[in-house]
Formats: sequence, structure tokens, C-alpha cells
Amino acid sequence: MADAPLAPNLATPSPDEDEGPLYIARKAIYPQAVKGHFRTIKWIVLAVTLGIYYFLPFIRWDRGPNAPGQAILVDFTNNRFYFFFIEIWPQEVYYLTGLLILASLALFLMNAVAGRLWCGYLCPQTVWTDLFYSIERLIEGEKRDRIRREKEGRKLEIFSLRLLKHAIWLLIAWWTGGAWVLYFADAPTLVKELATFQAPMIAYIWIGILTFTTYTFAGFMREQVCTYMCPWPRIQAALTDEYALNVTYRYDRGEPRGSMKKNQALRDAGLPAGDCVDCNQCVAVCPTGVDIRQGLQLDCIQCGLCIDACDNVMAKIGRPTRLIAYDTEMNVRARMEGRPEVRRIVRPRTLLYLGLIALVGAVMAGALGLRERLDLSVLHDRNPMFVRLSDGSIRNAYTIRVGNKHLDDRRFALTVTGVDVAKLDIVGGEIDAQGRAILVVKPDQTLEARVLVSASADGLASSTNLLFTLTDLAGGETAHASDHFKAP
Amino acid sequence: MAHETKEQVDAVTGVTTTGHSWDGISELNNPLPRWWLWSFYLTILWSIGYWVVYPAWPLATSYTRGLFNWQSREAIVADLDDLKAQRASMTAQLARSSLDAIKQTPELFAFARAQGKAAFGDNCAPCHGAGGGGAKSYPNLNDDDWLWGGSLAQIEQTIRYGARSTSDKGHQGSMPAFGRDGMLKRSELSNVADYVRSLSGLATEKGADLAAGAKIFADNCAACHGDKGQGSQDLGAPNLSDKIWLFGSDKATIMEGLWNGRGGVMPAWEGRLDDTTIKALTLYVHSLGGDQRR
Ligand code: SF4
Ligand code: SF4
Repeated sequence: MADAPLAPNLATPSPDEDEGPLYIARKAIYPQAVKGHFRTIKWIVLAVTLGIYYFLPFIRWDRGPNAPGQAILVDFTNNRFYFFFIEIWPQEVYYLTGLLILASLALFLMNAVAGRLWCGYLCPQTVWTDLFYSIERLIEGEKRDRIRREKEGRKLEIFSLRLLKHAIWLLIAWWTGGAWVLYFADAPTLVKELATFQAPMIAYIWIGILTFTTYTFAGFMREQVCTYMCPWPRIQAALTDEYALNVTYRYDRGEPRGSMKKNQALRDAGLPAGDCVDCNQCVAVCPTGVDIRQGLQLDCIQCGLCIDACDNVMAKIGRPTRLIAYDTEMNVRARMEGRPEVRRIVRPRTLLYLGLIALVGAVMAGALGLRERLDLSVLHDRNPMFVRLSDGSIRNAYTIRVGNKHLDDRRFALTVTGVDVAKLDIVGGEIDAQGRAILVVKPDQTLEARVLVSASADGLASSTNLLFTLTDLAGGETAHASDHFKAP
Repeated sequence: MAHETKEQVDAVTGVTTTGHSWDGISELNNPLPRWWLWSFYLTILWSIGYWVVYPAWPLATSYTRGLFNWQSREAIVADLDDLKAQRASMTAQLARSSLDAIKQTPELFAFARAQGKAAFGDNCAPCHGAGGGGAKSYPNLNDDDWLWGGSLAQIEQTIRYGARSTSDKGHQGSMPAFGRDGMLKRSELSNVADYVRSLSGLATEKGADLAAGAKIFADNCAACHGDKGQGSQDLGAPNLSDKIWLFGSDKATIMEGLWNGRGGVMPAWEGRLDDTTIKALTLYVHSLGGDQRR
């Protein structure tokens, strides 16, 4: 970038200037309303994402009498996570890891295709800030209305409008916190409890925390979160490449900028004149206060609103739209130098991300599809490793744990093979006529039992492999676990 | 690593640099946002708040306790009380039910075993081993050989009152010191030791007079150990005809016992552990596998 002589020159402070202030105050931003393609997309995304967030907990999902009927539920009391038809036990949180890997790969892919798509449209910070800005404009009007009100000294009106704005903001923030806790308990019940002040303290605390963060982040911190707090812009800049589309001011077309009159005069005189009429509309609508004409900047979240603003201006003055557009710096230069443009959405980077997404997705789907609905684990006693019985035979003891992931009672038969078992015994179950250990495990529960295996001491090696087989007496599903039989 | 301190203006951003540059990457001199500074001051204020309400500063012999009067010890006590409250209904059932009834109720039995396991680790493991595996002179609680009986009631009795303990309800009686006290001669003891080994099929020494040993056994030992050496749980006399030896089966060890006598001690736990804990311990020890169900 350092060799960008064609780019509009930036304001360069003289080198002998002193170091400048150590701290700067936030500049208040009052972005103007705008209409256009990208605004419409943003409205739709806003409605869909917020709709999902606020109403998802109310969706019901019938799992029968032994499990909650909420489609998405993080049940901390019983250590379960429910997602529609999937139920996850604590030892299966690796699915969450897989989900997070998928999410970051999707983020990388978005970035490779069109830069900060996430920031511009999907990030909660953007969505809520956008919502808060629109409410601000709805109540207090555009910047010029505020200035007029200030000038005319309509103090009471200013005060009451401000009060109304904050009240609505707080209401939204509170609802945001309220929706959050509904993911952790049965939503309709919790709503009732909350309304009658009978909900657990922790619910109120979380609502308070999220009300506070929503209110401050979307109402006051806004672009400061993106500029100073969020790690994604830094990571994004390091991950991106020259093919990624970005909201770009096409200075090949826009420069030299000037007022309509001045540029018309230039054009008439046969001199080069740009399309940018220097109306500053792109700056006026920008929610982060950026002038996109200075090139790609860290502060720009690439929301595309300046494209809409500029398009509206171009349409009005009868010039082609998309003076600001999703484009690349590389192509701007190519056009200026008369080289052909390069557009490569399909390239090794995007293919790699897509491949990885497909791979991780397939692995997760496979793991989820093939996972056992029955768990068996065996732990050999450590002290003593084995015990000699009075008739001289050897006995080993094991702690077994059976996890029943079905939502009904299951009866299992446990058998042990590997040594010539003289006697199988179980504490926490019973032995049936065929000498098998019978266990009954409650729905969605684990059962721990102690299994005692004895064998004649004759010809026993000091360690023999042992196989535990658990069979569902009704369904026939089996689970296996192996361990050892120890002897002197 | 090049480290220069010449201040410059960065060509791309137009921002002055601090003059620090590492491998050609120079540090931009962007000002911090002011709210950041305020947040920083706020954290300092917050810490002062902490000092006021929580224990903070060490003094010569104590420390500043803070307005909340918070103590980590009290927090633990509160946690433990919570735990007790959570278990209260199970504990009450445990206290109410008989040992056999508990064993028939799967949840209660599992609860008792878990409680018993913890109590065992705290109180019994030093002698009997973490899993009740025992050691020389400390019985293995996993096997099916019981000095004082392996039924639930017998185990509870032993835990509660001990053996040769301070409790007068404890098991009494011990193996006399036949040699030291001059009741039998060394040669007689040698014969009876070989005879005892023969009871469980162990090899005897060449030249041992087993008939004489049997005679001595019948006269001196059978009263407690039974005429076939099968032992007596009423008297705590070990079974001498099985494969389990508390002290060891070699002749020297047997001779040592005959000469000096034996009398291991098990403390009485009544009064030291509450009734429910003793119940839980009983069920746990029983579940180790010593149950004489075979
Ligand atoms: S910079 Fe961070 S907080 Fe801001 S929109 Fe992007 S991801 Fe969201
Ligand atoms: S410069 Fe344009 S794309 Fe970037 S944040 Fe501002 S309005 Fe959005």
C-alpha cells in the first residue's frame, strides 16, 4: 500500500509536529437515514436475526414425558443440552467445539469472499447499534432537526424526547437480557416466574448484566467497540487477501472530485473530471464516521450504507451508480492502468475454506448420526487389584457405569468373556438364572454398579484381557468395554 | 531486531510513529480513546471499594476484615450446609431404614455406598487400605473370609464396637502365647504348625509328626478354631483350612503366632461416627464383595 501514488493523498501532518494528545474524546456520530439495496438487506437481516434471538426459546419440541419440551435448552441443573432432535451430554461437548470450528471457518470464508460481511450485516454489535440508531432517528430526528431544536432553545422538548429515547432503549436492552435467560429454563414458565418475581436470583442478575451491556454497547459505545475493543478487525486484516471484495471508493472514476458546476466546466473544457461531487453524503450516512474515499480503513465495518447514499446521489445527477461499490483496490488500479479486471471468487483460499467446512460438517454429522445411545465404561479396582477367596480362586472387581441416553427405562444384561468365569456377581443389580448380571437404568441417566468376576486360579496369567458386553434386553443394542483380569 | 528511536510519520496512515521500530514495523502513535482512561480510573476506584468491603490488608497480628465481614471459612461452611440440606431427605431415609431395607432400595443403596466410601477413606483406609485391600494383620475386606462374620449385622457390630477395643461390647478374646507363656514346647509347636499347614493342603516339613500335631491341635486349638480348623466367627478365631492367611502361611509366621499369640485391634467407632455414617460404612464394606452368598 505504501506505493499507492494514485490514491487520493491523505492529510499528512508535518513531521516536526509534537506528539499530539495522549487521549481523544469520542466524536459523536449522527448518521443520516438512507434508502437503498444495502439498507433493505440490512433491515431484513436485522428482522431475521433479532426474530430468531427473541423468539427461539418459545419454540416447542416434543420429546415425550421424560425430557423437556423446549426446542433449544441449556439445562445446567441436569447437565443436558437440547437442540431440536439432538440431546447432548456433558462428555459430548466436543460437538460444541465442532460447531465453533464451523463458525470460524464460515467467518473466514465470508472474509475471503467479501471482507467484513460479518461486521457489516450479522454481528450483534452492528445489529443492535443499527436498531438503536434507527430509534434515535425516529424520536429525535436527523442531525439537522436536533441542531435546530438546540438553536431554538426548546429545552423541554429536547429533554422529553431524550427521556423517551432512553426509555425505549432500556426496554429493548431489558428484553434482550430477558430473552437470554429463556435459553436456560423452560421459557413460558420462566416468563411467568419473572413476571411474578418468583424467578431465581441468578435469572434477574443475568437480565441485569445483559440489559447493561446492550444499553451501553448499542447506545453509547457503538463504533468504539469495533475500533478499540473487538479483535476481529485485526484478525480479519491479517487473514484477508487482494481478491476479497471490499466496500471501495472507485477513485479511478471519482477523482478529481469537485462540485457539479466545477466538474462540468472541466468536462466541457475537455479536462479530466471525476464523478464524485464531494457532497459528503457517504460520510453523513456512515455509522462509524468514516470517509470511505480515503481508502480501506480499520474503522469501516463495511455496512454498505455509503454505497446506497452515493447511488442515490449518482441517480439524481444522472451519472452511473456504484461509484462506491464492492470492489478491490487491485481492480481500481487495473482499470486506471488499462489492464483487465480480475475477479476470482473461486480460488484456492475459498476452495480450501469450503473444503474444510464440508469436511468438519461431514465429520460432525457422521459422529452425530453414528453415536451410541448407550455408554459402557469399566474401571478396574486399584486396591486390591485382585483378591484370593477362601477356596483359592481369584476375584477381580470393577466399577461399571452405564449411560442410558434413551428417554425410557432400559433393562440390560451384562456378560463377561475372556477368562473362564466361575462366578459373576453384581452389587447394584441382580444375577439371572443364566448367570448374567441384570441392570435397570432409568431414562436419560447413568447407573454405577460393582461387578465381581471370579475364576479358578489354575493356569491364570498375571493379566488376561476381558471383554464386557452389555445388551439391551428389549432393543438388542449392545455396548462393549474391555479391561483386564489380574492374578498373582 | 532493529530498534530505532527516530520519530517519523507513517506514509500510509499519516500518523506519527513513536519512533520504535521492530524489523521495519513501526509503532503508530495513535491516541487512546478517553473512555478507556476513565475505565482505567474506574477499575482503580473499584479496587478501593474492594478494600473497604472485603478482607484486604494484612496488619501486624490480623487483617482488615472489610464491611461485608466475608470469610472463606464461612463460605465453605455454608457450602457444606447446602450440601447437607440437599442430601437431607436421603440421609433421613438412611437413618430411618434398616440395613436390609436399604440394600433392597437401589437409590438408597447407591447413596449409602457413596457415603460409606467417603467415610471409609477418612477413617478406615489407614489400616485396611483405600479399597479395603488390607495388609498383613489388617484383614482384606474384599475377600469372603471373615474373622467376626460378614453379614450386614455382623459387620455393623464390628464397626460399632470394634475388637479388643475400649468398648466393653467389642469382640474379646485373643490367641494365647503358647510358647512364651510356657504352655507348649517348641517341638510341640513345630508339629502343630505343620499340622495346621496340612489342613489347607500346604506342604509339611520332612520329619514332622503330624499325628502328634493333630493331638496337640485337638487338645489346645480346636476349642476355638474348631476340630477341623474351620474357625469360629463367634470367637474371632480364623479359619485355618482355607487359602486366606491374615499374617502369612509360611511356617515361621505360624510359629511366631503360636509362640507370641495374636490379637489385632479394631477400634470401636460408636460415638466417633454417627449412626448413619456407621450404617453407610456397613453397606459399603459389605458391597466390597465379602458377602458370603456363594
Ligand atoms: S468489529 Fe467486531 S464488534 Fe464490530 S462489527 Fe465487526 S465483529 Fe462486530
Ligand atoms: S464507510 Fe461506508 S461501508 Fe464503511 S462503515 Fe461507513 S458507511 Fe459503512
